[in-house]
Formats: sequence, structure tokens, C-alpha cells
Amino acid sequence: MFDGGASRTAPFPVLTADPMGVLATLNAAAAALLPRAAAGVPMREAAPSWLVKAHERACRTSAASDDPKPPACGPVGDRWFTALAVFTDDGGVSWWLTDETARHRAERRLAEERRVGTVLNEVSGALLATLNPERCMELTARLAAEHLADAAVVVSPVLGRGLPVAVCGPDGVTTHQVLRADPEAVPDLDEALRGRLPSPATIALDPSVLPSWAVPEALAGPVTRASLTPLPGQGVPAGALLLLDTGASDGADDARPGPDFARLFATRAGAALSAARLHAEQAAITATLMRNLLPPDLSTVHGVEYAGVYRPSGASERVGGDFYDVHPGPGPQDETLVVLGDVCGKGLEAAVLTGKIRNTLQALLPLSGDHQRLLGLLNDALLAPDNPRFVTLALASVVRDGPLVRLRVTSAGHMPPVVVRRSGEVEEVPTRGTLVGAFRSISSTTAEVVLRPGETCVLFTDGITEARGGPLGDDMFGQGRLSAALRRCAGMPVDALVDHVHMLAADWLGGGDHDDIAVVAVGAPYRSASEEGPAA
Amino acid sequence: MTTQHRADGGTDGGGSPWERVPAKVHEDLWEALRQGDEYTASGVVLDAVDAGVSVEDVLLGLIAPVQERIGAEWAANRITVAQEHTATAVNERVMAALAHHPAYRPPPPHRGRITVACVDGEWHSLPARLVAEVLRRRGWDVGFLGAHVPTPHLVADLHASAPRAVALSCSMPRHLPTAHRVVAACQAAGFPVLAGGRAFGPDGRHARTLGADGWAPNAQGAAEVLESGLAGSLPRPAHRPVDDLPHLADQEYSTVTRARQRLVRETLAALEDRFPPMRAYDDVQRERTAEDVAHVVDHLAAALYVDDDELFTSFVSWTADVLTTRGVPAESLDPTLDLLAAHLPDATPRAHRVLAAGRTALTTGLRPRPTAT
Repeated sequence: MFDGGASRTAPFPVLTADPMGVLATLNAAAAALLPRAAAGVPMREAAPSWLVKAHERACRTSAASDDPKPPACGPVGDRWFTALAVFTDDGGVSWWLTDETARHRAERRLAEERRVGTVLNEVSGALLATLNPERCMELTARLAAEHLADAAVVVSPVLGRGLPVAVCGPDGVTTHQVLRADPEAVPDLDEALRGRLPSPATIALDPSVLPSWAVPEALAGPVTRASLTPLPGQGVPAGALLLLDTGASDGADDARPGPDFARLFATRAGAALSAARLHAEQAAITATLMRNLLPPDLSTVHGVEYAGVYRPSGASERVGGDFYDVHPGPGPQDETLVVLGDVCGKGLEAAVLTGKIRNTLQALLPLSGDHQRLLGLLNDALLAPDNPRFVTLALASVVRDGPLVRLRVTSAGHMPPVVVRRSGEVEEVPTRGTLVGAFRSISSTTAEVVLRPGETCVLFTDGITEARGGPLGDDMFGQGRLSAALRRCAGMPVDALVDHVHMLAADWLGGGDHDDIAVVAVGAPYRSASEEGPAA
Repeated sequence: MTTQHRADGGTDGGGSPWERVPAKVHEDLWEALRQGDEYTASGVVLDAVDAGVSVEDVLLGLIAPVQERIGAEWAANRITVAQEHTATAVNERVMAALAHHPAYRPPPPHRGRITVACVDGEWHSLPARLVAEVLRRRGWDVGFLGAHVPTPHLVADLHASAPRAVALSCSMPRHLPTAHRVVAACQAAGFPVLAGGRAFGPDGRHARTLGADGWAPNAQGAAEVLESGLAGSLPRPAHRPVDDLPHLADQEYSTVTRARQRLVRETLAALEDRFPPMRAYDDVQRERTAEDVAHVVDHLAAALYVDDDELFTSFVSWTADVLTTRGVPAESLDPTLDLLAAHLPDATPRAHRVLAAGRTALTTGLRPRPTAT
């Protein structure tokens, strides 16, 4: 048994207990550490529970097995000890305790820092990916409910008359709504949303004053703790974060990260929210400005079928230097003007000029009976000294005549349109002319074309014919391949035809660089429905 | 002319949508599509709805199988490419007519938004349109972006409209590498992806390989997956393809893709010696052959990308069938594969394995084939 040798004076607390868990001996250091411990006292009355459990475990497995026992560890008061077991001859255990408080604290801090780092990394990555303000609010609420509280509510500054709110409960279910609610209902919320809180820190709230919209139904019980954290934005406040706790998860092992973490979280969420809002605003502005530059949707006008495709050169662009329009005549007897054009250059700058040209042509519509005059006036308008660009155009004035469709077609420096006959013949329309916007005087010839039912006139830009690629990688698609392809399109509906041509060109390019592409098809309906007659 | 409409999505009894549409209606629609006759085709479909077939059954049990038939008839050389395109275009127009008919308009959306799009380069939009229509009828707010959607446009649309999920359609296996980029781009922006279409394999294996959040074999399945709630994970930070597909580390996919032009040229040049009838080819025939070789290289690359030999062997067998039914000697395929193997860049064991598997499929598949009728 414990003979009182070295262990009595050892600088470590040492205590010995028999297999029944009754203390046999302890040294002075152990007595100082565990004031209620004495020989004959059951261990569970004097020692911390983790040590009692370790003793029971050690006696069960006993000295029989030679496996080294892992040391037990746990708190004693505000200190932290590791206990090593030494088996005695009578089956008891002598516990040697070492004070590991400093190391334990350092390890815990390290683990905590690592966890915060990981979570913060995940949060930042997730938030930065989201450029949609609504989705960003939902995500912020969801991440806050996951890492900071039982439930979280993100409130954005008032938009119009609504209050955008994203709520996430402990189940991770997130809802976004725009409420007809007054931010004044939550103390300090209005101030936080206006950026008028004196300090950006978290404010504790009285849970009893929370409005019902701020409390998700999935919460286990009444809110016992609530706080409000402003989300700082770029220049303007990005919103506010409400954190709600029921106390249900207090004392859990994976204690929540501290207040520093909440502050970091709020900073990142605020930055992400304001970036998303900025992006949404810019996208809305771009969409509005772009609306008139986008090609129109084409369909049947006065008994004639129209279809178009448009593909700007850059994969991320929406507009470019090619354009088309179909201006319906006032009545079925009047001509409809089809315009397809190509401004030299690509991208947004070229697109802006297409907008000007399209507006000018719209204003000149009453003169569209005379293509030469129309082009002459457009030429004068484009000859301004500050405009270095020019445009090539194909014009077609179209009118239905019984089962036929009659066209007057003019090319102004543009590739002549082609006609696809029912027989499969492909004819180039004999029209030639000067490009517009480069020379003081221009000229052109207009050709007349008659389409029988099922026949189509195709206007296109050089993005099709000059597409480079093909199976060998560097061939030009060319007029020959286009004509061959169109021969196989005899009798096709116009929308199928333009899609087919677009597909051939895109497949030819195989994802390579290309110029803007535009195709418009004008078709005489294959079979006339009586209600579509031109002289209704 | 009494009309009885079933409740939306209502399906009487058991059986597939296909069984709930009379066979004669199938034949009538097929005949109208073959003629490119939009008016008759619309009439057939609207009459079927008037006769009590639900709109969803018309979409899934009539329009979808007839579309399959269009493809099969083309493969069997019974209709031309132009006829195929015309029939498909008319079928799409019929669907649009059905959707816009006031009596069959879908309910106002009450579920949430779904974006439906085809992978960049993918022109088969009809399967995606079917999914869009079925989802609309089931109460989703659907944004249909159509065929051949440039990935930057898709991502911009997602940020603007914030859908619950993206339904991504891909029919041609050679677009799978692009599909992977699209899936990753959607997920990086925080939107889960439901993959569908023939390219992902009959069991959806390639959808799993490419890390899609879900897969469905058809429009009905897509609706079911979305109704059960496609797990939306946190946005996945942008990552490299090799993070999903460790086999890409061997660089074989990128090596073959980079060598594509050279492979096609060299194979084509050498093919004339190995396959004498080619010497009599005119320019158009030569170009067709070049396109065929380029397709073989593209499918080889796709098979390397998803590491699935079967992608390549089924493409090769299918091509042999298509060539044979057109009276083009499919015997040129085997030397093509052989020559490609000879001209492959060094250190490409997987590519050699895939080509060898293709040649085996050809020898086992070509011999017992009955002559085309």
C-alpha cells in the first residue's frame, strides 16, 4: 500500500483509493487541493466527478490489461488537472495529479481562434458570393442563426413603404418578406437603420417588446435574451441584425464564439449586403439604359412572318454593333419596314451608335417609301464631324398581297439579302449601295422580290459569313456554306430557319471569338389562315 | 362541343402520361409535324385537351414522345435535318400555343422562382421548355432562358432574380465539360442546380460526377425533386474542376482539347491512305468527314472529362448506326479511331484506353447489324 515514501512529499497532489472508491491515503498537496478529502472518506464526496468516474473505469479494467491508460483530466475549482493512474497491489489506484491550467487555457484559446477563423472564412465566402440583396439578407440571417444565436433577424433600411426583413429560426428555415411594419416597433432599430446609433456596438434589448414578425415560430420557447447589432455598410448603414436566444442552448459544449466574433460577423455581413445592394442598383440602371438597345422580339405582322436572332461578340455582352428592327406599317395594306444593320466596331460604344441610328430611322419612317431618300437623310445625320463611325444597312419594305409577299430590298454597303425558294434554290437579291455615314453622297439600287407561300427572305450580317472555325479550326464559314445550309432550309418556318442558321454559325465557331451576329427572316406563311388575310 | 377540363395536374387512374393519350392523336400530331403544318398540329393538341386529356399529359405523354420520335426518324434517315428542325420548331410553337390558350393557362405562381436554361452550346431547347411548362403548371414562377445560354448571362440573371434553384438542361454529352463550369458557377453564386437531359446519362451518373445538387430523368421527376425541396447548400466558393474530378490531374482532358485541331487535320490526312474511297470524296463530303472526326475528338475529350468510357463507346456505336443508315460506309470509323490513337500526344493512357474501348464496341456492334431498310 501507500507507504508514505516519495509520494508524501511529492510536489504533485497524490491520492490513493481502494477498488470501492474509498480514499486510503493522500499527501499534503492533495489535502490542500481537496479540502474535504481524508482517509476513509468516499471519493465521490471529496473529489471532482471526472476523477471519480476515471477511478471507477480504472478499477473495472483493473491492472489486468497492460494497455497504458489515457490520463483523465478535468477542472478542480478554477484550475485544470491531468490525473495519471498508478495501480496498487490490492487493486486500488493511486492518482498523480498535475496542474495543466496554463496549457489548457492556451489550448482552448487556440481551438476557439481556429473555430472562429474557420467559421469566419465560411461566412465571408458565402456572403461574398451572393450579389442578390434578398438572398444576401437570408444568408446573413441563416449564418447568424447557425453561429450566433437561436434565431436571427436581418432588417434592411426601409425601401419605399416596406421594411425588408429576413428571419431564420433554429431549424435553419429562412424567410424573406417586405413588411408593412414600422421599425420604431423595435427600440433603437430605426436609429440603427439610419446609422444614428452613437456606437456601432451591440445593444441588449428587452425581449418582451419584440413585435411578432421578429420572432420565428420555430423557437423552442419564449425569448429570454435579445440584442441589436448595426450592420455597417459602405457610407450608408446596410441594416441591423437582431439576435434572439431562448436559453435552450445555454451551457452546451460548443459554446458560441464571443462578442468579438459577433462584431466581425456584423462587419462582413454589412460589407456583403451593401455590395449586393450596389450591384443590384447598378444592374437595374444598366437594364433600364439597355432596354432600347436590345433587339425587339419579332412575330407575325400583317400576315407576314418575321423572326430574328442576335448574338453580340462578347459572351458577357448583351448588345453590340449589329441591330435590327421591324417597323409595322400603319395598316395591313401598308409596307412594313425591316432594317438590319452593322455599325463598324463592337461592344457598348457601337451599341450606343446603333441606338442613335435606330431612333433616326424611326423618325424617318414616313419617308420609307423611298429607300434612297431615307438613306440619304440618315447619311446626312451621321456625317457629323464628331462621329467617326459608319454603318452598313439592309432595308426591306414588306407588304402582303394575297398569298404572296412583296418586298422592296435595298443594300447600303451591306451583304445583299438572300431568298430561299420552295424549290430549295437560294437567290441573292440584286441590290448594291454605298455604306452610310462615310461619304458626302451615296447611292444604291432597290430590287423587288416576290415571295410565294413558304418562301423566305433572309437578311444577315457578316458575323455569320465571316465566322472562323469549323472542324479544322481556321476556316471562314463563308457565303457558300450559308447558301448550302439555306438550300436545306426550304419551307422551314422563319423562327426555325434563323435558329438553324444561328446554330450552324455557333457550332462552326465552336466557342471561338466572333463578331456580332444578326439574322432576320421575312417569310410568306406556308398556309394562310383565313383570318390573316391582308384585306380583312 | 362540350369541354371537360381535368384539374391541373390531375391524373386519372394509374399508367404513364403516354398511356393516357390515344394512339391516333400521336399519329395525327406526328403526321402534322412531319409536314411542318403548324395549324393542324395545334388543332390536334388543342382537340386532345378539349377531349379531356390534362395539359400535363399532353406535354409529357404527347409532345415529349413525339419529339423523341422526330429524333429517331432523323437517326433512321427517314426525315432530313431540315424536316427535323421544322418539326421541332412546330412542336415548340404548339407548346407555346397551349400555354397561351386562355382556357389552359397555368395557375398564378405560388411556389417560388425557378430558372430553366440550356448549357452554353446546347441547342436542344425542347426538353427544357417541357420542364418549364410542367413547373409552371405546378405553380412555380418560371424564368425560361432557352437554348444556348452564355454562362455570364445565366449568372447575371441568377443574381437579378434569385431563384430557388436552377434547372439546367444538357442533351449532348460533348457539352458536359461546359455543363460542369455552369454547375460550378451557379453554386458559387449560391444557387442549387437540378441537372437534367440525356447528356447526364440514363441514371444521372454524370450529374453526380459534376456535383449537381439533384438530377431528374424527366420533367415530372424535375417537378418532384423541386417540390420535395432541393437542398440549397451555402454558396460554394469558386473552385477548380480538378477539385470535383481528381482524375483531371492527369491533364489528359486538356492535352486532348488543346491538340484538337492538329488531331483532326492529321487524322484526316492519314485517313485517305487507310480508307481509299475517301480519295473520291468531294469538298462537301470531305468537310462532313472532318466534322465527324472533330465530333469523335470532342466525345473523346468529354469521356476523359467525366472518366467514363461508355460515353465514348455509345457515341461511336450511335455514329456507326447513323452513317450506315445514310449509306455512308461506317468502316471509316475504325481507322479513324486507330489513327487518332496514333496521333495522340504522349502520356495519355486514359485516352488510349477510351479509343480502344470504342474500337471494341465497333467490332462487336458492326458485324451482326442487319442491312438498313
